[in-house]
Amino acid sequence: MDVSRRGFLKIAGGTLAVGGIGFRPSLAHAEPLKIQYAKETTTICPYCSVGCSIIVSTRNGKVVNTEGDPDSPINRGSLCTKGGSIYQMANNENRLGKPLYRAPYATEWKEVDWEWTLDRIAENVKKSRDKSFRATNDKGEVVNRTEGIASVGSAALDNEECFVYQKFLRGLGLVYIEHQARI
Amino acid sequence: MTNHWIDIRNSDVILIMGSNPASNHPIAFKWITAAMEKGAKVICVDPRFTQSAAKSHIYAPLRSGTDIAFLGGMIKYILDNKLYFEEYVRNYTNATFLVNPDLKLPGDNNGVFSGLTDGKYDKSTWSYQTEGDGRIKKDPTMQDPNCVFQLLKKHYSRYTPEVVNQVTGTPVDKLIEIYKLYGSTGTKDRSAVELYAMGWTQHTVGTQNIRTMCMIQLLLGNMGVPGGGVAAMRGESNVQGSTDHGLLFHIWPGYLGTPKASLATLAAYLEKETPSTKEPNSLNWWKNKPKYVASFLRAMYGTNVTLDEAYNLLPKIDDGANYSWLNLFDQMYKGKFTGFFAWGMNPACSGAHSNKVRQAMTRLDWLVNVNLFDNETGSFWRGPGMDPKKIKTEVFLLPCAASIEKEGSIINSGRWNQWRYKAINPPGVALPDGDITSEIYFKVKGLYEKEGGPNADAITKLSWNYGPKTFDGHFHFDPHAVAKEINGVFLEDKTVENPTKPGEFKEFKKGDPVPTFAWLQDDGSTSSGCWVYCGSYTDKNMSARREGKKDPTGIGLYPEWAWAWPVNRRILYNGASVDPEGNPWSAKKAAIKWSGDKWVGDVPDGAGNPGSGRPPFIMKPDGVASIFGPGLADGPFPEHYEPLECPVEKNVLSPQKNNPTIKRFDKPGVGSDLDVYSGVDSCDPKYPFICATYRISEHWQTGVLTRWCPWLAEMQPEMWCEMSKELAKERGISNGDKVIVSSPRGQVECVAIVTPRFKPFNIDGNILHEVGIPWHFGWITTKDRSYNPGDKKAEVFTRGDAANLLVPTIGDANTTIPESKAFMVNVVKK
Repeated sequence: MDVSRRGFLKIAGGTLAVGGIGFRPSLAHAEPLKIQYAKETTTICPYCSVGCSIIVSTRNGKVVNTEGDPDSPINRGSLCTKGGSIYQMANNENRLGKPLYRAPYATEWKEVDWEWTLDRIAENVKKSRDKSFRATNDKGEVVNRTEGIASVGSAALDNEECFVYQKFLRGLGLVYIEHQARI
Repeated sequence: MTNHWIDIRNSDVILIMGSNPASNHPIAFKWITAAMEKGAKVICVDPRFTQSAAKSHIYAPLRSGTDIAFLGGMIKYILDNKLYFEEYVRNYTNATFLVNPDLKLPGDNNGVFSGLTDGKYDKSTWSYQTEGDGRIKKDPTMQDPNCVFQLLKKHYSRYTPEVVNQVTGTPVDKLIEIYKLYGSTGTKDRSAVELYAMGWTQHTVGTQNIRTMCMIQLLLGNMGVPGGGVAAMRGESNVQGSTDHGLLFHIWPGYLGTPKASLATLAAYLEKETPSTKEPNSLNWWKNKPKYVASFLRAMYGTNVTLDEAYNLLPKIDDGANYSWLNLFDQMYKGKFTGFFAWGMNPACSGAHSNKVRQAMTRLDWLVNVNLFDNETGSFWRGPGMDPKKIKTEVFLLPCAASIEKEGSIINSGRWNQWRYKAINPPGVALPDGDITSEIYFKVKGLYEKEGGPNADAITKLSWNYGPKTFDGHFHFDPHAVAKEINGVFLEDKTVENPTKPGEFKEFKKGDPVPTFAWLQDDGSTSSGCWVYCGSYTDKNMSARREGKKDPTGIGLYPEWAWAWPVNRRILYNGASVDPEGNPWSAKKAAIKWSGDKWVGDVPDGAGNPGSGRPPFIMKPDGVASIFGPGLADGPFPEHYEPLECPVEKNVLSPQKNNPTIKRFDKPGVGSDLDVYSGVDSCDPKYPFICATYRISEHWQTGVLTRWCPWLAEMQPEMWCEMSKELAKERGISNGDKVIVSSPRGQVECVAIVTPRFKPFNIDGNILHEVGIPWHFGWITTKDRSYNPGDKKAEVFTRGDAANLLVPTIGDANTTIPESKAFMVNVVKK
């Protein structure tokens, strides 16, 4: 069929008009928004340091949508590829959901419960600390430090967690305390 | 950042050097674009034609590791052409200070400053001349041959465009074009900002790279003004906060130095650490340090012990010792530690010389790794080349909550502290990191209460009132309680004189929040976990504020969106944005204005009443900014030194090839058998190409989170090596070929990406090639590793291992940040 541009538009318009008559009125409406009846909370992107605000929509304890927060003067609703993928951080079957334990010389992980894990870690901490604690250095100066434990981390923690973590480490007497800012 | 993201909009010239915001801080580019729409010019200087370069008005290539030469040339151009902002320089910097005539500059001293012995400087000649009463001698005309300004001129007189070109490979016409444009901002109405990231820090001269830029900003009067400043664009959402809160060996929260062993008492520590000045008009803000130290000690131990006891309980570092990252893993490799926490970190991929890091972990008795996903650190014992049956380390991989599964604050690069809310529960029995810390703390405390142990009070007497024990016996961590402790409270009823209005008194009750750090006390009557955050959580949670429309100054400060440290100030050093009489340098871009009886606009920084004569840089003892900076380890002025591993035989500028004050790990008795370098004294033909690591939008850091997100993994699934068409031709490599990139430390398989974005450098007549590799990959998410039953398998597999397998154990002379932006490799077709 030989159709001029003008003719094509006529045919296309006619087809659309015919299609339109066939719909029931309720279907002519847009589908309900996927965030309808969802609870909204705001968060700040966990990746780079721009500090973009994100709206997280949840329904029945599941994240149903994440999007840039237009109220933030910093990102005004925009997000980059990473910020736009926060949805997959929450909906991700590969997230760790249970403590894992690898015994010395073992070839596999074993799932363990928190109580056992925490007790075992605490025993290890005490053993390492008591064995390596130095009240004084070679010059006889008071140093009160634990030399046999080191820590790295973390710029991925919230401020409140950073403060409490450094409190824990310094309370233990650690001096080898480092994190992402050094690398 | 001295300023903040939105403020980039106020710039007339934007220099992108040592960073690539279009790829790595994409939304920041919104504000660069906004500036461009208002007529701003953007310059990008980078070894590679990056996405940021593609959006810039001027692009210039430079060889990795030669930034000081480039910027030193700019200083010379600014001085020679009198582009500097003289009134600013004379009043607000130490350019007028007279320096000890015995100081020798590298140009007269074989490439080093006076005082160098065995890789360490005796800084006695890096001092100022003083009057009888101790005040620093000055020459306001800046003509005295020993004044800082003249020494600066002399030092950089060697950095001619021709010499700079020989070092950097940047064409001379590009140098001049950029120097001229950037130098055009040394006027009252114009301002320029510099944006840097790891492209500047990850060098053996990293700190001096940044200092050179600070000096330029001071010469041009660009520090403290809207659209100005030096912008450290940080790579992690809360690396500003984790640094503020002292998760580093050398600082307590709030940038208070970790006590050294020689300082036996709190009094000795305060005496040594609190700066003083003889300058009559200088405010010397750090004179308040005893208040911040006392308040920090109270935040650690409450009133369970005295301040002196608290100081004694806490660990001390040996004088002169360095416990930073590279040393930490060196010590681990040598078997020093039995235990290790890798909390929210993946050092098996992020640590320089990752093979050494991975081997080091086999020497541990136990490792606690906390993360959202399985990763190369927690699973190091089953990584490439490891035989689990021979590895003794007991490993605990603890599942934690993601950012949207808990509540708390993080602070962005512009120091804006923003509150996040919990949207959902974490998966399974995963817990917020704060809960995990609390749980371990109470378990350890219980053991010490039951069994005792050395210095047990240091643990058992810590204050830890962060929420009740729940019905199931677990400790819930309440971030609001901690945020209040970080802010600080009065620990007793007290009447305090208003620090800004002498004679006026205010009554506080026990438990009242401290309004700002000016109200903190040195007698133990207040606590504050981190003094710079004082004011963030008072009668309300200031960081949770969300008024994102109000912009009363019109310069984008948005003072009621979140909260910025310190005291909600959005532009640091803004006292330098007004002249000594208090008038803004630029009426169009006023950060603060005097209304007749007070400053309005941003929260003023260091500005005294107009005409008071107070110099505005109040965090410096003498009140002025440092063009001469005797505080650093490697010189009071930045000097160009070649990267440790480099492709040139000689430093064109002096006989001193490398930074003389870096710690070499290949020296006998220092590092380990694994610490090998190539091409240090002379070029090594086995590793002929310069290599730099870099990042992309789709992944984050080691990819520890993003490689597990199918959308992102699908977009960027594979380790690559980017190279020029010329290099590819020379090596018979085609786009898409498999190649092996190797250094003396290790090798990584990559896909070749052959692009015109890299061009060979002509360095002093020699053709040199540079290649680039991303550092987001690791073996855990690959298809071809061995999986045990129950192992997590990525939905979309990635390929390739860590770029850091290639990076040497060598760090900056001041910070010890590793030199991942300039090391030598070979590239061959597989």
